[in-house]
Parts: sequence; C-alpha cells; structure tokens
Amino acid sequence: MTFLGISEADWGALQLTLRLALISTALLLVLCLPLAWWLAHTQRRIKVVVEALVALPLVLPPTVIGFYLLILLGPRGAVGGTLERLGANHLAFTFTGLVIGSMIYSLPFVVQPLQNAFQAMGRRPLEVAATLRAGPLDRLVSVVLPLSRQGLLTAAVLSFAHTLGEFGVLLMIGGGIPGQTQVASIAIYSHVEAFDHASAHRLSLFLLLMAFALLVCVYALNKRFRVAGIMP
Amino acid sequence: MSVSGALRLRRGDFVLDAELELPERGVIALFGRSGSGKTTLLRCLAGLERGDGWLSVNGCRWQERDYFLPVHRRPLGYVFQEASLFPHLRVRDNLRYGYRRVEASHRRVDFDETVQLLGVEALLERYPQALSGGQRQRVAIARALLASPRLLLMDEPMASLDVASKAEILPYLERLHAHLEIPMVYVSHALEEVARLADHMVLLEAGSVLAAGPLRELLVRSDLPLSHADNAAAVLETRVVRHDAEQQLVELECGAGRLWVSRGPAAAGERLRVSVQARDVVISLAPPRDSSTLNCLPARVVEISDDPHPGHLLVRLAVDDQLLLARIPREASKRLALSPGKHVYAQLRGKALS
Repeated sequence: MTFLGISEADWGALQLTLRLALISTALLLVLCLPLAWWLAHTQRRIKVVVEALVALPLVLPPTVIGFYLLILLGPRGAVGGTLERLGANHLAFTFTGLVIGSMIYSLPFVVQPLQNAFQAMGRRPLEVAATLRAGPLDRLVSVVLPLSRQGLLTAAVLSFAHTLGEFGVLLMIGGGIPGQTQVASIAIYSHVEAFDHASAHRLSLFLLLMAFALLVCVYALNKRFRVAGIMP
Repeated sequence: MSVSGALRLRRGDFVLDAELELPERGVIALFGRSGSGKTTLLRCLAGLERGDGWLSVNGCRWQERDYFLPVHRRPLGYVFQEASLFPHLRVRDNLRYGYRRVEASHRRVDFDETVQLLGVEALLERYPQALSGGQRQRVAIARALLASPRLLLMDEPMASLDVASKAEILPYLERLHAHLEIPMVYVSHALEEVARLADHMVLLEAGSVLAAGPLRELLVRSDLPLSHADNAAAVLETRVVRHDAEQQLVELECGAGRLWVSRGPAAAGERLRVSVQARDVVISLAPPRDSSTLNCLPARVVEISDDPHPGHLLVRLAVDDQLLLARIPREASKRLALSPGKHVYAQLRGKALS
C-alpha cells in the first residue's frame, strides 16, 4: 500500500522520525529549562566548562557522538551493562537509544536560545513578581515562560527540525534497522545505496516540504515571535 | 514601632550595618548620597537581599538568626526605580497581578478606588510599552498598593523620570501620603523631594545610619551634613488662613506670625508645608518697615555654629516650636551681637511645598 507514491515502510520511517523529534524536543525543553536558567545566572567558574560541554555537539562529528553512545549504551557499556545486570535490556539499536542520541545532539540548540532569553530578561521581573506575592513555581509560569516564549519557540523549532535531519548519530546508535530504528534520513540513504532514486526523491521532497511548512506555520502563528539564528 | 530591626550585609568593599526603628505611619525617607546603601537597605527590608540580623514588622518576624521569610510571603509593596511593569500583560493585568494573589479576606484596598487614586483608569487596556514614563510609574505604584501591603517600599520612584513626569507624579505621591495608613519607606537623594514628602528621615552614610528622627528636626541639626549643604533648608508646618485668587498668594499661619507665599487655590484650614532655604533668611533686630519683604516672623536665636564657608555662620532660630536655619555673614552676626536666647526677626522667602 502506498500513498503519494511513498511505500508503507517509508511511512513507518517518517512516523518514527516525527515521534523521535516530538519526544526528544519535549524532553529537552523540560530538562534544559533549569540548566539554561543556571547558566544564565550563575557566577561560578565551572560555568564555562558546562557551556563548553553543552556546545560540544556543535563541533563534534555526529559519528563520534554516535560511536561513544553506542559503546556507552551497548551491552558492555557503563549504562547498557548496568541495565543488563538489573535485568533490563541494553539501549543500543533501540528507540530509547535514538531519543538519548538525538537529545544530546540537539542539546545546544535548546540550551542556547533559552539561556539568551533568560539573560535578556534578567532578574528584575522575578523580583517584581516576588514582591507581588508570587511564589517560585508561580513566577516560572506567570513570568519566566511568557517572557521567554520567543526563546522557547526558537529552541523547540530548532530541536525539532534538527532531529528531522539527523543522520550520523542515529545511524551509529540505531543501526538503521527498518521498522525499528530506521528514520527517514537513513531510509533515504538506503534508497540511494540501492539505486532506488525515485523513492529517495519522494521521501526527500516530502521532508523538504514538511520542514518548510513547519517554519511557515511558526512564523505565521505569531508575527511577534522571531525564530532567530536557524543554522544547521 | 511598627518596623524595627538591625541588618548587616557585605558586598565586596561595601558594608551595610544599619539599625532601624521606624514609626508606624507616614513617609520615611532613606536619605543619603549615592553609594550610601539606601537601596541596599531597602532591598534587605524587602528580602530581595539576604543579610544577617533581624527584622520585625507589625510584630511579625520577617527575619531572625535562622529564619528568613521569603519575599513573596512578606506583605509589602515595592516600587522599583524603573517601573518594571510586566511587558506581556496589559495595565489591568499588571494591576491585578498582586491583587489576585492576596486572599479576598486579606485585601484591604479597593481596586477601583486605587485605580482612581493614581489616575490610571484610562490606561487599563494598554500595554506598558504604550505608556509614558510617568504613567508607567503610576501604574507600578498602584500595582504595589493593590497587593494590600503593610509596608510600602519605594526606591527613588522618580529618579528615572524627566522633570515634566516628576511634576506629574508628585501630586499623586502627596495624595498617597494623605491617604496611606501604612508606613512608606522612600529612598531618595533629592532633598527637595524629601522635604516635600517625608515626615521622618533616616540619614545614611557609608552603609551606617548617621541619624534618624522627625524630618523637621534632622534638617536643621547643625551636627549633620544636611544643614551644611548649599541648599540647606528648614520645613515649616503652616495652616492656610486665606487664598488671594487675584494675586495668587496664600496667607499662612505659622505660630504667632503670618506668611504669604505664591500658590494655587488652597482651602482655609488646610495644612501646608513651606520650605525655607537657609540662604533666603535675613535676620534683623526690629521688624522691618522699609523692606520689600512680606514675610517676617518673630524668632529666637537657639544656636550659632560654623558654616563650611569661613565668611558665614549658621544660625538656628526657633519660631514658636519650629526651627529655621539662617546662613548669615560672620560680620553681620558680630554687628547684631547675636547670641543664643536673643529675640530677633527673621525675614524670609518661602516656597510652598504641598
């Protein structure tokens, strides 16, 4: 069964890609809020080390990240091995492994816009909110999130789009098993390797249009949002 | 005493070490030059800075050795130097921000009344970006009041405003002064502002309290730097006798004497503050007959002290129970043989303040 000329297997890859992008973006946003907040406000010297670690995926070849993750999450790695000993399964060639890999790869794209937004906001709005009886969680919801929505949106879009196009990390850690860990970008590669250019074409065009439509939606949603600094 | 405490805070080279006993209502000025620790002390009172020491407000402990009530649990209002309105909220929602976070049974202010008091009714649907500096600051004051504070803290609310906006805000602050039943701690380094608004003064220097007490007493104490400043001034409390619309003057009763100052309409019986600069006071031994001055009050010399200018002396005069400063030439003092206790006449040019 095909739709738009795209085979069922390729639809599966697309679905997997979307699921991966959504889950890793959501998890990243939640986890990076406190990290970006800490980076924006700490005076401690260790900050530069943390900042460098966060930025590392920007400069490392994705295969390097993928390689280390494969070792770490595999049956003999520190994480995978521990899981095995506890009676669970290791994470190499699994969807969970893909999520972990894509989160690490997209980390700087989420942390940096959030950190910038928090730095631009400063402490004053929080101080004002506190003098107006707002407790810590209340301040987060009523002041921090609305005032940094631009940074949040930028972070979400960047992380989502970045995951759609991810290849090296996911190939290393997932192995590109069709139906399990083969995301769209890997499926395209497989098609090209098998000289099936027609399938590669259809899938590529679909991804291209989807990415474009996503950005148009974001810009149209609210003209006040500016998705700044979209880079590969 | 409604606010008392002792607070210490070290920030690099600067050390704040202040003991406080503030009256339970009226405007209390935290006065001092920049860097004297006024804002830091205010932030410590609010809990925005955490120093050592203790603080008690209305019998409630806000801070003790091992106890620190977080800012959002302190029933206070804070007005920052820049208005700091939330840019993502309309004026109405900025005003309601603190209001709806106070339990209905604990609210002590009415929303509409406060909005009227600060004259922001027409601005409710606007965003802060569409307001002028003075309007923003009025909204910020209203927002602080709507949180039903037991203590209102203001950090130089007019410092970032131009002259016109200041003139726009001052009448509202004066209305506030008349309406407010809670103490308002007002940080300022502008003597004129303080003379106009404050009842009580805490004088800060290099992080310590140099003196504290009623404003009128501190202004004229010769052992404090205030009386040595070029614009040293005393404040007289007077009552309006009548208003002369044609000449735009008011006749004021000050002890046994009468004063005339320029002023817009004022109702008889209204209390009015008059500020008199030390350099605007002339001392004579007899009531002047051939002088252009309208204002002459019988006074008694209390104290004569040195002025920073070697050719001048600073004379403290008592007009009934109120004190006045006169800066006069040393030579003149010799010629008039001034000494404490001597009865004289003070000719002065006063400026109505409120």
